[in-house]
Amino acid sequence: MADMHSEADLAFVRETMLAQKEPPIAEQGALKWLRENLFSSWLNAILTVLSLLLVYWVLAHTLPWLLRGVWDAGSLAECREIRDARYGDGVDAACFAVITDRWQQLLFGFYPRELYWRPILALLCFFAAIAPVLFARVPRQMLGFTVAAPFLIFLLLWGGTIWGPLTVALGFVIGWACIAFLTKPLGRLVATIAAVLLPIIFWLFLAGPLARELGNILPIGLEPVGSKDFGGFMLSFVIGVAGIILSLPLGILLALGRQSDLFLINKVSVGFIELIRGVPLIVWLFTASLLLNYFLPPGTNFDIMLRVIIMVTLFSAAYIAEVVRGGLAALPKGQYEAADALGLDYWQSMRLIILPQALKIAIPGIVSTFIGLFKDTTLVVFIGLLDPIGLSNSIRATTDWNGIYWELFLFIGIMFWIFCFSMSRYSMYLERKLTREHR
Amino acid sequence: MSTTTDAPAPDQGFRLNQLIYDTRYRSMTIQIVALIVLLTFFGWLINNTIENLEALGKDFDFGFLGQRAGYDINQVLIPYDSGSTHGRAALVGILNTLLVAVLGCILATVVGVLAGVLRLSKNWVVGRLMTVYVEAFRNIPLLLWIILIFALMTEATPQPRAFLVDESGNADASMLLWDSVAITNRGVFIPAPVGGAAAWFVVGVFLASIAAIFLWRRYAVKKLLDEGKVVPTLLPSILLFFVPTLVVFFLLGRPISLAYPELGGFNFNGGIQVRNSLVALWLALSLYTGAFIAEIVRGGILAISKGQTEAAYALGLRSGVTMRLVILPQALRVIIPPLISQYLNLTKNSSLAIAVGYMDVRSTLGGITINQTGKELEGMLLLGLFYLLISLLISGAMNIYNNRVKLKER
Amino acid sequence: MKTSVLFGALTVAGLAAGTASAQTLADVQEAGVLDCGVATGLTGFASPNAAGEWEGFDVSFCRAVAAAVLDDPMAVNFVPTTGQTRFTALASGEVDLLARNTTWTFSRDVDLGFEFVGVNYYDGQGFMVPRELGVTSARDLDGATVCIQTGTTTELNLADYFRVNNISYEPVPVETNAEAQQQYLANACDVYTTDASGLAATRATFENPGDHVILPEIISKEPLGPLVRHGDNQWGDIARWTLNALIAAEELGVTSANVAELAEGTDNPEINRLLGTEGDLGAMFGLDSDWAQRAIAAVGNYGEIFEQNIGESTPIGLARGLNAQWTEGGLLYSPPFR
Repeated sequence: MADMHSEADLAFVRETMLAQKEPPIAEQGALKWLRENLFSSWLNAILTVLSLLLVYWVLAHTLPWLLRGVWDAGSLAECREIRDARYGDGVDAACFAVITDRWQQLLFGFYPRELYWRPILALLCFFAAIAPVLFARVPRQMLGFTVAAPFLIFLLLWGGTIWGPLTVALGFVIGWACIAFLTKPLGRLVATIAAVLLPIIFWLFLAGPLARELGNILPIGLEPVGSKDFGGFMLSFVIGVAGIILSLPLGILLALGRQSDLFLINKVSVGFIELIRGVPLIVWLFTASLLLNYFLPPGTNFDIMLRVIIMVTLFSAAYIAEVVRGGLAALPKGQYEAADALGLDYWQSMRLIILPQALKIAIPGIVSTFIGLFKDTTLVVFIGLLDPIGLSNSIRATTDWNGIYWELFLFIGIMFWIFCFSMSRYSMYLERKLTREHR
Repeated sequence: MSTTTDAPAPDQGFRLNQLIYDTRYRSMTIQIVALIVLLTFFGWLINNTIENLEALGKDFDFGFLGQRAGYDINQVLIPYDSGSTHGRAALVGILNTLLVAVLGCILATVVGVLAGVLRLSKNWVVGRLMTVYVEAFRNIPLLLWIILIFALMTEATPQPRAFLVDESGNADASMLLWDSVAITNRGVFIPAPVGGAAAWFVVGVFLASIAAIFLWRRYAVKKLLDEGKVVPTLLPSILLFFVPTLVVFFLLGRPISLAYPELGGFNFNGGIQVRNSLVALWLALSLYTGAFIAEIVRGGILAISKGQTEAAYALGLRSGVTMRLVILPQALRVIIPPLISQYLNLTKNSSLAIAVGYMDVRSTLGGITINQTGKELEGMLLLGLFYLLISLLISGAMNIYNNRVKLKER
Repeated sequence: MKTSVLFGALTVAGLAAGTASAQTLADVQEAGVLDCGVATGLTGFASPNAAGEWEGFDVSFCRAVAAAVLDDPMAVNFVPTTGQTRFTALASGEVDLLARNTTWTFSRDVDLGFEFVGVNYYDGQGFMVPRELGVTSARDLDGATVCIQTGTTTELNLADYFRVNNISYEPVPVETNAEAQQQYLANACDVYTTDASGLAATRATFENPGDHVILPEIISKEPLGPLVRHGDNQWGDIARWTLNALIAAEELGVTSANVAELAEGTDNPEINRLLGTEGDLGAMFGLDSDWAQRAIAAVGNYGEIFEQNIGESTPIGLARGLNAQWTEGGLLYSPPFR
């Protein structure tokens, strides 16, 4: 039978593959993407159209104004003249000349122009110092620099004799020496008490004269720059960074206190945290500005920026405490038990086992706290410090730029956005990395 | 604390160094030392304060609250004029703070939930737009947003004079909704309900019928669960909502009427003026907090495993229904605690009202009053206590909720 | 660990330890710099220029005092203060002198414990309205929306004025002059009220100043002046007589240009006493004899300061008005230097 069927009997045999056909137009390329992503249902279609209309409306109202921007003028009046000459009378056009004229002030405040390298270098130092904390790949030896960085940054920003920061650092060395050398002969308790008391006594009574004497003998230092010259984004940054870094030790102590079984310690920690978190920052800032002098011994007086940094430190300590508490709670209970089983006492187990892990978990939260604090530094405008928004008021008070509005705020907004957005991206990256490591 | 327990030492009597080296007594020692340090510290603070007050010739008393305030407040929820006391001005401010906080929490929730859900939408344009919204608001200081939104509203909305009709019968702007609502750069003017004693009766009936709707729905659910009977809810609810109120309203001879805003003199008169400062602050707070809530909602939804969605789809539920009946109820448990802390933030952030001249408690008590009387210590103390009380109340509510949710966990 | 910055800052940067006791002059001279409270930004009175230097009418007074006390008009630490923080800044010793167009009132002088050293600008609260409203008097403002700056006496004056005249108004409080200007220009308020000098200064920078009128009513007296803390009479005297020296210099025709020449000695004994060539007035409050000469040389006499910062040759264009010398029909009247 089979033989009977010769090839000739068959009507048709396909010998080659057909070329692939294009999918229907609606199922390919941009159209498919459009259909699936934008017009998959009526509701979606309406939403898409509405969104596009909104985007168009916003752009139509802002783009011409932006693009017509005048960048070179000495005052608003000049800006208006240039605009009238270029585009005709009364056409909407931005006057970005105010930014070209005053951008240094918005970034650095009144910091002497020839010394701009110092805040920039301080910023680089800051980045170098936190690199080993934030990125695992950076060699650990960099941590030594991290310890030295605060003193270096302080010296760079405020200038003055090199001996001030050095003597302050010496206090910490004394504290460390007490722990290291007194524990053996005198016992740990005495050593700890000495490590706390001696540096304080040193700072209060010896550090000042010592620094002065050393400064007289060997006057090395940078040209001093007072806090009153700080302003703009530099001020925001200094307050934000100082607030976060100084608040870390206190925040960790508060978090531990809140976890503690000791009734009094626990309640005091909880009370402090709730008190600080329950009241808005602006009230605390007014407290710093109006009331802090009441609480200090009569006659003491230090500049408003320092008072703000103290208040911001206390403020962020409460928030850091909550973040660290989250980190402590996230640790498996086995870690605590294992530490106990090794016979470590409370501080040893915290220092060697618990805190290193908890803090690592807490870093994204700390970064978010920092972003929030950095944004909140704008509130200092209400107590007369010249942060970017405060400076924008001052700039608008000069006869040259009186009446300018959006351009300044646009600039400030964009700067803030760049800072905060990059930091929040970093914290998200960290969070992802942490979840990967924990699985 | 370390939980190691040494074998109790045999009777050796109490020695002083046990206070430090014996874990049984050590915690006591630490606490007593802490207490002494703390009391010394507070004593020091109070002592300084007393000395400083004396040096300045000031005293510490709250008598200023009873003095004549002498300044006017534009938005008052209770009767107030410049002859009222500072205490009353503070009360007006407190009410204004609460008003913007409550309004803000409501709008922020709506905005946040919408943005959070839409950000997960498959619609590319909408998703991107929401991302832009969230990132823009989260990364720029609230203060800047408040200032910008206030300025935007001042610039973009017509001034009351634009509503004037000129000789040719044209006006630059017109009122909305059959001449009842006017949006101007001084605020939104809406009709105000006006009514006598009988009006309260109508309002009472309306509230009662709302309560009745809830009771009916509860009854329907109970029936469904207990006996498996489906009791209709939609139609009775609608009927309950409208019928009793309308019947009473007409029976009593329409006791409530609307007073429409009318243009006269410099401004609109009559009706209710929702001032721009309130609207700007409200919008800015809501949009800012909404961006954070959107992230919370998104996180909450993403935390629900994909299996839930797939199971719902397998049951034939559409995506909208799935979201409403399956995902959101589960996500809520994750969402609510951070949501409430956002409410807390919003309430605290309302103290930025100073930027737009909204007369909240910080502007009245903590601003003008302190400035006029020089009583900064007392004023700030009261202000701090008020915010602290509010935040304790809100976090108390959160704890209650958390406990209730915890009980349901299996 | 890192609390060091705090302590470091405490020991190094924060040494601005000025006490509220009676030795401000010694403190200032020891520190070598005068802490002077000014406004955060008020057109013509205090604002930083592009180089970061403060300039303005109030600023000049600070510089004059610095020149008199420290021989260096640039040795001033300008502390920007808001309407709310200014009094605390002075009371707590954060600033030694507050030159922030502050109205001299009874309660501020007596109750808040300050000492106004004089009046450097006689002002009064006025109203500005758009011309097209057709308003000619403040009494026509019934029902108007009024922009006011908070934290000042203007709020109280406004409430009093409208209450006395029994007309209603709607206050729109704003935080700064710049905000008020923006609100007013967008017609979010019909009227802007503040000190008349401020109104003129604000109007001068409008795109079309002619479209706005300042109403004739001045509803309050606003004697603006520098102030110091109660209790240090020596320091108060220095501030008071520096101001008087500037005023007297104008009256006597002493300017920054001719002060050096006149200091050689003149026929006019009053000028001689003022500039220290005759008698030794400076020593009476702990300064050397040519303190006034330095102050005038640094910033000019009162008239020069006025012209440079807010006068008719500037965009602000204020007329002297009440602030002319008493010989010209104004209120400026310096007690004699004798």
